[in-house]
Amino acid sequence: MTEDSAPTPDERMQAAGDEGALRAARIPPGWDEAVRLEEDPATIPDPATVEVPDDLRAEIEAHMAKYPDRHSAVLPALAAAQRRHGWCSPEAIVQVAAVMQVTPAYLSSVATFYDMLRTRPVGSRYVYVCTGVACHTVNAKAVYDALVEEAGEQGLEDVELREFECLGACDMAPMASVDGRYVGPLETSDAQELVAAMKQGRQVLPGRSLEDPGYRLPWEGPA
Amino acid sequence: VSETRLLLANIDEPDLHTIGVYERLGGYGDRLRKALTEMAPDEVLHELEVSGLRGRGGAGFAMGKKAAFIPKGGMDKYLCCNADESEPGAFKDRLLMQKNPHLLIEGCIVGAYAAAANKGFIFIRGEYEHQANILEAALAEAYDKGYLGERILGSDFSFDLVLHRGQGAYICGEEMALLDALEGKRGNPRLKPPFPANQGLYQGPTLINNVETLCNAPLIAEKGGEWFASMGEGDSTGTKIVSISGNVRRPGNYEVELGISCRELIYGLAGGPPEGRELKCFFPGGSSAPVLTRDHLDLPYTFEAMAEAGSMLGSGSIIVVDDSVPLVRLALRLAEFYRHESCGKCVPCREGTNWTVKMLERIDDGEATPMDLEIMAQVQANIIGNCLCVLGDSMAMPVGSMIEHFREEFEQHIEQARVRRGLEEAQAFGAGELAAAAEAGAA
Repeated sequence: MTEDSAPTPDERMQAAGDEGALRAARIPPGWDEAVRLEEDPATIPDPATVEVPDDLRAEIEAHMAKYPDRHSAVLPALAAAQRRHGWCSPEAIVQVAAVMQVTPAYLSSVATFYDMLRTRPVGSRYVYVCTGVACHTVNAKAVYDALVEEAGEQGLEDVELREFECLGACDMAPMASVDGRYVGPLETSDAQELVAAMKQGRQVLPGRSLEDPGYRLPWEGPA
Repeated sequence: VSETRLLLANIDEPDLHTIGVYERLGGYGDRLRKALTEMAPDEVLHELEVSGLRGRGGAGFAMGKKAAFIPKGGMDKYLCCNADESEPGAFKDRLLMQKNPHLLIEGCIVGAYAAAANKGFIFIRGEYEHQANILEAALAEAYDKGYLGERILGSDFSFDLVLHRGQGAYICGEEMALLDALEGKRGNPRLKPPFPANQGLYQGPTLINNVETLCNAPLIAEKGGEWFASMGEGDSTGTKIVSISGNVRRPGNYEVELGISCRELIYGLAGGPPEGRELKCFFPGGSSAPVLTRDHLDLPYTFEAMAEAGSMLGSGSIIVVDDSVPLVRLALRLAEFYRHESCGKCVPCREGTNWTVKMLERIDDGEATPMDLEIMAQVQANIIGNCLCVLGDSMAMPVGSMIEHFREEFEQHIEQARVRRGLEEAQAFGAGELAAAAEAGAA
């Protein structure tokens, strides 16, 4: 950001010094920030003025064609836009709104509801560590803490690393989903290799994913 | 103790997810042709009713009865397969969809035929990306072979099936919330009635069934409802895939005839808790089911017996908890889950889950007194039955049951945490005093 640009709402709040505002200011910019009251509310964008990448438009239109009501395509369309933009950014939302002919407000109301749709730029890849009830009984929190520490040490960037509610793989507990690839059972000692593999763009923990042929649980049973 | 495998009969067959292997092992083909051409929809429906097959998703409502509620007539009707398996402890649908996707597709076809629906949706949770990709490929194969689409196998029945991926919300496994999510909205449950059989997806009559329930349909249409009803015990007919997880030596999916004892499931099949540990309690039907204790191990695993013991069979997911897990922390984790997943539409659930988390944190932080247990039990009582859906109840019942069965442990935890907290504060205070005295001395 340049010196002479106007202060952002975050900076204004920070300048105000209020503790609550300071906490709010730590949230990166996105749909959560204060509304600009001087502007008119966003209406359905004019498709003629919004530039949408051709492949994204084609994907959203294909989704719309599958359902009796085009609104049903909102979730797949937002997911498609997120894959392209890394998160449901204001730009991504407006593009989806232009193709689907709904208001951006409607789309952001939907996007804020679902855990997999990112309303803040927290990273375009993800590691969801399951800390559901079954994983809790085998100390999944320790695995998560180890991953957070390791990610900090190795400087892992552009990855959303978070605790996630039950991922439906309690037989592999404790486990994590790395961009949809289920890996487990994990030990705290796996954190170093997992983070390193993500950082270098390698496949994470080869042979230890549900997707891998011949995958077996530690007791030799199938998953 | 051995399994009785119907749905999982061929699960270890390599490439079962491809249509060629599935057909070779008896899928689609003549079995489906017989159902669609030699049997009228009413006859298939009748077999489903006779089978006594109860929903495998959690509520345990008879599938045939549910399908029979769908009104006759020429309006658009829908079939929704609930593949949003998000209940902590449940992972059976994941296995079925990953290894045997065509069985689910065939089940959807048979279910839709019985309910005279000609458009279907499989609502799969977004986290199951691998399984969704497999299903999508399987759907394309089924269309190619003419098992889906117009006039299937020369019958008068046409059926389209679409895979819909969710984006991560436990509540979408609730049938009314699932419909809202499928219509492109926030997944908020709707007021019932009208029930989905009358007014569901796009306001049309809709049959909603779990993955495992639908997977049973082709087998029942082929072999008859009587055959299915001959297995199991009482009103709990047939086999059930039981997901066993938590503190056991051999976690996994086991398909058994209903009526087998909980002990056989937990100790016989899953190997019981690890060396040197003892079972403290178990959730017999996913995290929403009130916990049962060692005293309940010899009960038969049936819908009825679990209900009588004050719990439920639910989705058939057993989570075993051994004596190494502090129950207050477990209750806290459970409450946090439901707080996170509450959609916020109904106040008792939204506030109740939140306050339960806060009270459990107070206990763990040493700020609670035994009186707080009464208040917490009261909060649970005020959630149950007061919301549009049962998400709040799903926290209130297990947390309430933990306090009921293990009150002593909760009281001990309160006391120990208070003592620990007190000691920490005394030490911190003492250290401060000493430091101040030392400074004063130096000056």
